Order: sequence, then C-alpha cells, then structure tokens
Amino acid sequence: MKDTQLQSKIAIGILKGIAFSVVLILAFLIGYIFVTGLPNISWGFLTRPARAFQAGGGIGIQLFNSFYLLILAMLISIPIALGAAVYLNEYAKDNLFTSIIRTSIEILSSLPSVVVGLFGFLLFVIQFGYGFSILSGALTLTIFNLPLLTRNIEESLSSVSDDQRQGGLGLGLSKFETIVHIVIPAALPGIISGVILCSGRVFGEAAALIYTAGQSAPALNFADWNPFNIDSPLSPLRPAETLAVHIWKINSEGIMPDLSQVSSGSSAVLVLAILIFNLSARYIGKKIFEKMTSEI
Amino acid sequence: MESKIHKTGEQDRFIYNFNDDPSQVVMETIGMKVYYGDELAMHNDDIQFKKNNITSLIGPSGSGKSTYLRSLNRMNDDVARVTGKILYQGVDINQPGIDVYEVRRKIGMVFQRPNPFAKSIYDNITFALKRRGLTDKKKLDEIVETTLKQAAVWDQVKDSLHKSALYLSGGQAQRVCIARALAVKPEVLLLDEPASALDPVSTVQLEQTLRELKKDYTIIIVTHNMQQAARLSDYTVFFNMGEAIEYNETRKVFTRPKVQLTEDYVSGNFG
Repeated sequence: MKDTQLQSKIAIGILKGIAFSVVLILAFLIGYIFVTGLPNISWGFLTRPARAFQAGGGIGIQLFNSFYLLILAMLISIPIALGAAVYLNEYAKDNLFTSIIRTSIEILSSLPSVVVGLFGFLLFVIQFGYGFSILSGALTLTIFNLPLLTRNIEESLSSVSDDQRQGGLGLGLSKFETIVHIVIPAALPGIISGVILCSGRVFGEAAALIYTAGQSAPALNFADWNPFNIDSPLSPLRPAETLAVHIWKINSEGIMPDLSQVSSGSSAVLVLAILIFNLSARYIGKKIFEKMTSEI
Repeated sequence: MESKIHKTGEQDRFIYNFNDDPSQVVMETIGMKVYYGDELAMHNDDIQFKKNNITSLIGPSGSGKSTYLRSLNRMNDDVARVTGKILYQGVDINQPGIDVYEVRRKIGMVFQRPNPFAKSIYDNITFALKRRGLTDKKKLDEIVETTLKQAAVWDQVKDSLHKSALYLSGGQAQRVCIARALAVKPEVLLLDEPASALDPVSTVQLEQTLRELKKDYTIIIVTHNMQQAARLSDYTVFFNMGEAIEYNETRKVFTRPKVQLTEDYVSGNFG
C-alpha cells in the first residue's frame, strides 16, 4: 500500500474513533441515568406530590409545572421568534441595522442561563412585581429561548427555495401573502422540528428558573381550573418548581430519606422527556408536512 | 414604417416592427433600460410582441434575455431598476400607481425549475384565486379542470388532485405550474427556460402544449435551446450583451439573419 493511502486510512480511522467516542459518552450518560433511575419510576412517583421529610414523595406537581411552563413559554416565544425570523430572512436588507439585530441575537444566545435568570428576577419578579411565579418563569424562559428559536425558524425559512417565492409573486400575490401562505407552510416541517428541539432545551432548563419560577411547589387543587385562583394548576401567578429545578434543589438541600431514588428517578424522567422531544422532532415535522400538502 | 438595420455605436441591429398594424401588438417595450445597481444591464431593446404568437428570446448566457423577460411583468422590481416604457394594451405598466399585482395576473409567468407549492395539486391551482375572494367550489373545480386540460396534464393527475404536488415528475410539475399560471386568466404568458429541467420527451410534449395555448395566449419564451426556438416560435429575438440585436420572424432569423452577429450565433460560430 502506498504511503498516502495508508495515511488517509489512519486519518479516517482516527476521525471515526473520535466521532464514535461522542456516541459512547452519550450512551454511557443516558445508560447510567436510566439504569439507576428507571427502577424508581412508577405511576405513583409520577403523580404524587413531593415530600420534604418523609420517603415516598413523587414529582407530580413538578412534572405538571414543567409542561405548563414550557407551553406558556412557547406560546409567548413562538410568535415573537416567527416575526423576527420572517423579518430577518424575508425583509431585512443587508445593512447596519440588520447586522446589529443579528449580533444582538448571537450575544443573547450566548448569555449564561443563570444570568438570564437573575435578569428575570430583577425585572419580572422585583420590578414588575410578578413574584416567584409561572409568569416570571415563562417570560424569563422566553428571553432564554428566543435567540435559538429565531435562528432555527430563520434557517427553516431560508431553506425554502427562492423559486417558491417567485412562484407566489408571479401569480400576482403580494410579498406578505407569499410569505404567509407559501413560504411559511413550506418551511413548517423545519419550524416544527426547531420548536420541538427548543422545547427540549427549555424543558431541561434549571438555572433560569431558580430565581424566577421559584423553588417551591405548593399543593395544587386539580379540581379547580380557574386560572385566577391561586391554587389552581393554571394560575400563572403561583410559584412553580419545575422538574429540573427540583433535581437541583433536592441534591443541594434535600433531606428526605429516599433522596437518591427521587433524584435519580426525576433525572430519568427529565432525560426521557428530552429524548422524546429530540427523537420526535423530525418525525412530527415530516408527518405534519405530509398531512398539510395533501388534503387526504 | 420600414424596419431597417440600425447603427447604435459599433453594433448593427435589426428590429422588426408592426407599426403598419399596431392592433396586433399586445405588449411592447420602448426605451427600456435595466440597471443592477449602477450597472446598465439592458438597453436598446424596443420590441413589439404580436398577439397570439410565440416569441422566443435567445442569446448566450448573460445576454440579458431573462432579465428582459422578467422586466415585462415587473418581477425585477426587487433586484433591479427598470426605466423606460413597458406598454401592455397601450398602458405603460412601468410607472408608479400601476397595480403590480394586477399586472402579474395579466402577464403570467412560468419559471425555469418547476416550482409547485407545498400544497395539493388542486390548491396549487386555486390558491391565488381563493386569495382574490373566489370561493365558489363549482367554479374552482371547473377552473382546475379547464386549466389542467389546457396544460395537457389533466389525464395524468385527475385522480390525484388532492395529493401533494411535490411528488409529481418534473414534466408534470411544470405543466401544473403552467395550469396554475393560466388559472388567474392572464393574456400574456412569460416562460423562463421552462424546459431546461425536463427530459426530451417532456420537452416535446411541453412544446406541443404551448402551440395549443397560443390560440388563447400571447407567449414569450426564453430558451437557450436554438432548435427549440426554431421549432416552436413565430418570432425570435436575439439578445447579446444586454441588447436586442435582431428581431424578426423565426424563419428569417435562423435562415437569413440580417446581422452578422446573429448569423454567427445561430450557426454556432460564436465566441
């Protein structure tokens, strides 16, 4: 074998090894979390409220809080991100103003989440007087989430071929009509995948919530769905410890006797949820696209 | 007025006109210039298009034929500055106050690559009509059928009207795009190298379709395929370096060109 061939074989081997080690690390991490955590998961564990001093507590409220916060945060951030992405990708000219926006988004996306959390604490919790609440948490998560979501949506939009836009304009549609009815639908699979991937990130976020949504999970009355009552699950003004915050909290100051079981069980649930988000993202995007493009 | 060879600068040009019978002219450009930034990309291009005829625009890459075509229904608005007059039915459509969306419905366009929308075939065709407030299901059904028949693709797709248009073959997709353009009832149809992404069989079928369509529409087609221009069109414009060099009946352009440059191009001695 020639030297160059050997060289390239070795190089490819090394690169393969590096790539494979990434998979190995992930497999080890997830494997460890599941092996220690999954045996602790039961229906009771998923639905019972947490207990501070006795064994047998669950994560029911935390789990509900996580999803509720996620949905609220997404409801706020998707329209904003979509608007920003449409502007940047479809309308913005290549000028100073646009590059300032882009740079701002980049900086915002690289801010540590704990800094975003403290900012949320000062602005929403203190200044606006929302207190430790779902609302403060959702707004903070929006700030945390916006840059990445905007970037994701923008990428989906820019992957739509220009031919589609031309086609719309060529039929006498306005630019806005073309974007809303042709470009966004064509980008929808990508947009949905992006939203779901961001959901995974938001779902697992702890640092941004510790000082905004709070670290307590008061008992909820699941019979009361009036959002204006403070013990209703839907109340946006109640404090709401999420699953990720719960894991952080019990590991730093938990004193229940079954601490390690609760902790590993919660971690497994969290990782499982994020895995589902990630793995389903592409599939759901594709399915929705198929559904949308044909009427049957 | 007699058409004759013009001298503009160094370049001979021959531009046919219908000044003896202006009623035949459905579109024409007068003193139109196209600028990309400060750069003049198109000038010396006064062309009159004859009603219910097919006119080919030919020329080497970068000659400006596509730029010219896209100016005709103001598709260049976003990328270029177009000055001068573009007359459609005697009205200058290149002036402020003209409803550019209406212009594009009257002067439809089919693009180089088939670009069906991510919608069903039915919705592809009816979409623009629905946006203009036409909701009568019966009427829409009728338009879908007529236009698909005009585009000669009805038989292939009539059973899958509500399936996604994205899974059509290139030739079928391009016909659906033609049907889509016809649905908004244009009078002029601009085609920008519509066959360049198609195989030879689909190309021949497409040409046949266009011949049928010229009964009802005035067709202007950009093609880089000289045989296609010769087979298909009644009139041909030869563009070079952002100028219309020769405009005449297709037969004459290809057999007895008046300008040396045209002769070189159509006989393949160009360069």
